[in-house]
Amino acid sequence: MAKPTTDKTTDKSRNAAAVTEPEYPLTTMAIVAPLVGWLIPGGGHILLKRYGRGILLLVSVAAMFLIGLGMQGRIYKPNGGDILDILGFVGDVGSGALYFLARIMDWGNVMAANAAADYGKTFLIVAGLLNFIAAADAHHIALGKKP
Amino acid sequence: MTINLSHFSAAVVFALFASVVFGITQRNSTMEQLRYGLYCFALFVGGVFLAGWVMALIRR
Repeated sequence: MAKPTTDKTTDKSRNAAAVTEPEYPLTTMAIVAPLVGWLIPGGGHILLKRYGRGILLLVSVAAMFLIGLGMQGRIYKPNGGDILDILGFVGDVGSGALYFLARIMDWGNVMAANAAADYGKTFLIVAGLLNFIAAADAHHIALGKKP
Repeated sequence: MTINLSHFSAAVVFALFASVVFGITQRNSTMEQLRYGLYCFALFVGGVFLAGWVMALIRR
């Protein structure tokens, strides 16, 4: 007696295709929005017409950065030499234009050794890291992965 | 301009801004974002109190 003709492998591949995530084509906006978002905190969201989110991100990142400077936090330079200095630089540079403005104006060029200055340094680094997350979010919105 | 914040007030300010960014970036709808932001803020501040009590008990 002949076996039934149902092909299990075909069914499996059909199910796999149904479960597979839809493809999100890389558009120009998906590249430009995170770049703008990095340079101007919240700028990527504003560019994508998410004005409320963009303004909240701008206020949050800029406030953290400015409070960090106000607490005598140190701004890291790219040629720190030490690995921790390089990581600090990576965090700081996440703030985009705020970092470059601080370097141009020579803000954060202090070596204060107190607890407040240490908190300030952390605020500056975390402001940059949060801005990286915001830029990645702008990328996802531009791709269509997130509303 | 110099800003003088205590350890606790610095932690609360940090929690506030980090929670705003987490809420916006980690959830989709406005209501979910608000809820997640509040949840993160509560965890941050709760963690501060918990760590404070642990350190106070260790110091005794």
